[in-house]
Amino acid sequence: MNWVVNNLELIWGLTLSHLRQSGIAIVASFVIALPLGWLAWRYTRLRGSVLTTIGLLYTIPSLGLFALLWAVFGIPYLSESNLVIALTVYGVAIMTRSVTDGLDSVEPSTREAAIAVGYGPWRRFWTVDLPLAGPVLLAGLRVTATSTIALATVGILIGVENLGYLFTNGLQRRIIPEVLAGVVLVVIIALVFDLIILIAGRLLMPWVPRREGSRAERRALRRFAAEGAA
Amino acid sequence: MSALRTSRLGARIALVATALTVTAVALAGCGSSGSLDEPAATGGASGGATGSATTITVGSQAYYSNEIIAEIYAQALEGAGFTVERKFNIGQRDAIVPSLQNGTVSLTPEYTGNLLQYFDKDTTATTTEDVYAALKKALPEGLSVLDQASATDQDSYNVTAAFAAQHNLTSIADLANVPNLVLGGAPELEQRPYGPTGLKDKYGVTVSFSATADTTVDELVAGGIQLADVYSAEPNIKTNNLVTLEDPKGLFLASHVVPLVGSSFPADAADVINAVDAKLTPEGLVSLNVESKIDQKSSKDIAAAWLKANGLS
Amino acid sequence: MNLFLDAFAWIFSPDRLTGSLPLPEAVAQHLAFTFGSVLIAALIAIPVGWAIGHTGRGREFAVALSGAARAIPTLGLVVLLYLLVGVVYKSQAAVVAFVILAIPSILAGAYTGFEAIDRSTISAARAVGMTGRQILFEVEVPLGLPLLIGGLRSATLQVVATVTIATYVGLGGLGFYIIQGIQLRDTAQILGASVLVVVLALVLDGVFALIQRLVVPRGVVARTARTRSTAAARPVPAS
Repeated sequence: MNWVVNNLELIWGLTLSHLRQSGIAIVASFVIALPLGWLAWRYTRLRGSVLTTIGLLYTIPSLGLFALLWAVFGIPYLSESNLVIALTVYGVAIMTRSVTDGLDSVEPSTREAAIAVGYGPWRRFWTVDLPLAGPVLLAGLRVTATSTIALATVGILIGVENLGYLFTNGLQRRIIPEVLAGVVLVVIIALVFDLIILIAGRLLMPWVPRREGSRAERRALRRFAAEGAA
Repeated sequence: MSALRTSRLGARIALVATALTVTAVALAGCGSSGSLDEPAATGGASGGATGSATTITVGSQAYYSNEIIAEIYAQALEGAGFTVERKFNIGQRDAIVPSLQNGTVSLTPEYTGNLLQYFDKDTTATTTEDVYAALKKALPEGLSVLDQASATDQDSYNVTAAFAAQHNLTSIADLANVPNLVLGGAPELEQRPYGPTGLKDKYGVTVSFSATADTTVDELVAGGIQLADVYSAEPNIKTNNLVTLEDPKGLFLASHVVPLVGSSFPADAADVINAVDAKLTPEGLVSLNVESKIDQKSSKDIAAAWLKANGLS
Repeated sequence: MNLFLDAFAWIFSPDRLTGSLPLPEAVAQHLAFTFGSVLIAALIAIPVGWAIGHTGRGREFAVALSGAARAIPTLGLVVLLYLLVGVVYKSQAAVVAFVILAIPSILAGAYTGFEAIDRSTISAARAVGMTGRQILFEVEVPLGLPLLIGGLRSATLQVVATVTIATYVGLGGLGFYIIQGIQLRDTAQILGASVLVVVLALVLDGVFALIQRLVVPRGVVARTARTRSTAAARPVPAS
C-alpha cells in the first residue's frame, strides 16, 4: 500500500472530480425524474409508454450511449459533459419508475381526505403525495446514487478523468495497489452516499416506520430490489 | 398543531438542503476544470479557449510515459514563471489535435514519426532529419513543433528471446518464413500503415491480428501471440528479455519526442521547452519509464527529480 | 442523419466479414461471455435466493450484498482480476467479474419473487397438506418466476454492457470496434458498433420481457386482470 500513501494528492484530486461528476448527475436525475414520474403517474394512459421508453434507456450500454448522445445531440464525444449527461440519463431511467411507483403507493383514501379538507392540487402534491411517496423515492435515489458513482468510472474510456483513471493507469504500469485503491474507494464512496441518503431520509421523514407500510409500497420496494438491482 | 409540525419539517428540509448545497458548491469549486474546456471530438461543438494569455494548458495522451514528459514540460514552464493548467489523458492524437487547433490545449508532447503519418499517410521519409522536416511541412495551419529531442519512443516489433533463437530472427525480414504468426497490439494497430498491411507490403510477412491492448507484453511472454508492437522506451523490453527486430526497410518512421504546440502557445515559452528537449535522451526516457513502472513513482515526483538532475529547475 | 447513414453503411459493409474480428464473430463472443456468465451466476444465485425467500432468513444479508455489489465499478473489477490472475487466465478472470456483477440481480429476483406471493396462498397450500418441499417447487417457484426472470433480465443487460467495456483487456466482443474506432477517430465505426451494441441489448431485453410475460401462471394472469380493472374503476381525483 506504499503506492497509495505516496499518491494521496493524485487520489484526492481524482476523488473530487468523481464526486463532482456523479453529484451533478444524481441531482439532475432526481430533478428531471420528478416531473416525468409525476406525468406518468397522473396520466395513466401515458404511463406504459413513458415508463417503458425511459426504462429502455437503462439497457443501453454506456459506450453506446456516449456515441448516441454525440451523434444525436452533438455533444463532444470525449468530454465530461458527455459523461455527466449519460449518467443523468441512466439516473432518470431508474428514478422515474421510482417516482411513479412512489406516488402510486400513497393510499387513495389519504389523498381523498386531503381534498376533503380543502388542499389544492399543488399543495396536495408537495405536502401529501410527495412526502408519503418518500420511502419509495428514497429507495430509488439510493439505487441511482450507488450505480451512478460506480458507473462514472467508465468515463476514463472517453478521456474523462475521475477515479477510473486509477484503473487504466494501474493496468499500464502494472501497479495492483493502484487499481485496488480505485475499486475500494469507489465502493466506499458509493456506500457512504447510500448511507447519507438513508440518514437524510430518516431525518426528513420521521413518520416512516422502519417496517414498510402499504401493500403498494411494499410491492414497489420489492420491484426495486429485483429490477433496480441492475 | 399541523402548522407547527409542518414548520418543523420545513426546517429539517431546509437544514438538509443547505448542508447538501454547501457540500456541492465546495466540491464544485475544488474540482478540476468543468465543461467549458473539454476537447471537441469530430462533429462536436468546439470548446472555448482557456483564460488569461499567460496560462498554458499542457495536454497528454492516455499513456503514462507521455504523461511524464508532459509533467516535465509543465513543471519547467511553472519554474519559468508561467501559469500552467494540466489536461492529461485526453486519449490518442485523434482527440488531441482538434484540442490544439481550437485552443483548449496549447502544448503536448508528441512523437515525430507517428505524428507525420497522422497528417501524411503516404510519407516516404524515414530518417530522423527527413521525418522532422516533412513533419514541419505537413502540419496544418495553427500547429507547429518545437525542437525534437534525441529520445525516441516508437512502435517496434518484438519477439521473445526464445522465439528469436528458435527461428534465427534479427530483423523483421526474417519473419517472412515463419508460419502462424499472430501479431498483438493496440486495437487500432490493425488499421495503421505499419500494421499487418505494412508488414505484408514491405516485408512479405503475413500475420493475423489480435487486439491485445494493454495485455500485449503479457500475451507475448505467455505465448498467446508471437509478435508484439511495443513502444521502444518500454521498460518491459529489457525486463522480459525481448528482442526488438531490426527494421531495415523503414516500416517504422524514426519517431522522436517533439513538443506540438497550438497557436495559443506563447513564443517566449519555447526556449524553456527546447531546453528540456535538449536534455531528453533515449536512455533518459527509458529511465523515466522505469521509475514510473518499476519504482512506481508518480509523474510529479519523477518530473521534479529529472528537472533537478538536469539543472533545469 | 448523415452520421447514422454512415454508421449503417459501416455495419453492412462486406469488410465487416474480414479482418481480425469479423462482426458476426464479435457478436458471438459478446453473447458467449454474456450467457455463460449469467448462467454461472444463476446456478449460484437462484438456489440461494430461493432458500432466502422460502425460509425468510438471511434477507438483510442479501439486500446488503446487492447494495454493495451495485457499488462495484465494473471496469475496475475486470482490470483488478486480470492483474491478479495473469494473462493466461484472462478470460476466466473476466467471467468471474461478470458473475460477481450478475449475482445480485438474480439473487434479488429469486427471493423477491417468493416474497411477493400472497401469504394466504402459502397457508392454503399448507392447509391442503402440502409438504415444505412441495410448497417450494409447486407453489413458490412457479409463482415467483416472473420476478426471477426480471432479475435474470437485469443481470443479462448489465453483463452485456460490461462485456462491451471488457475489450479493454483484450477480450474482443463488440466493444473492440468502439475502442478501435475511438483511437482511429472513425466516427462511422464508433457509431455503427455502438448502434449494434444497443440493438443487441434491446433485443435481449425484449426477449426477456416476452419470457416474463409467458411465464406467469394462467391463474395469476386472470387474477391480476381482475384487480387491474377494479383499480382502473377507482376515481383519480382531478388535479
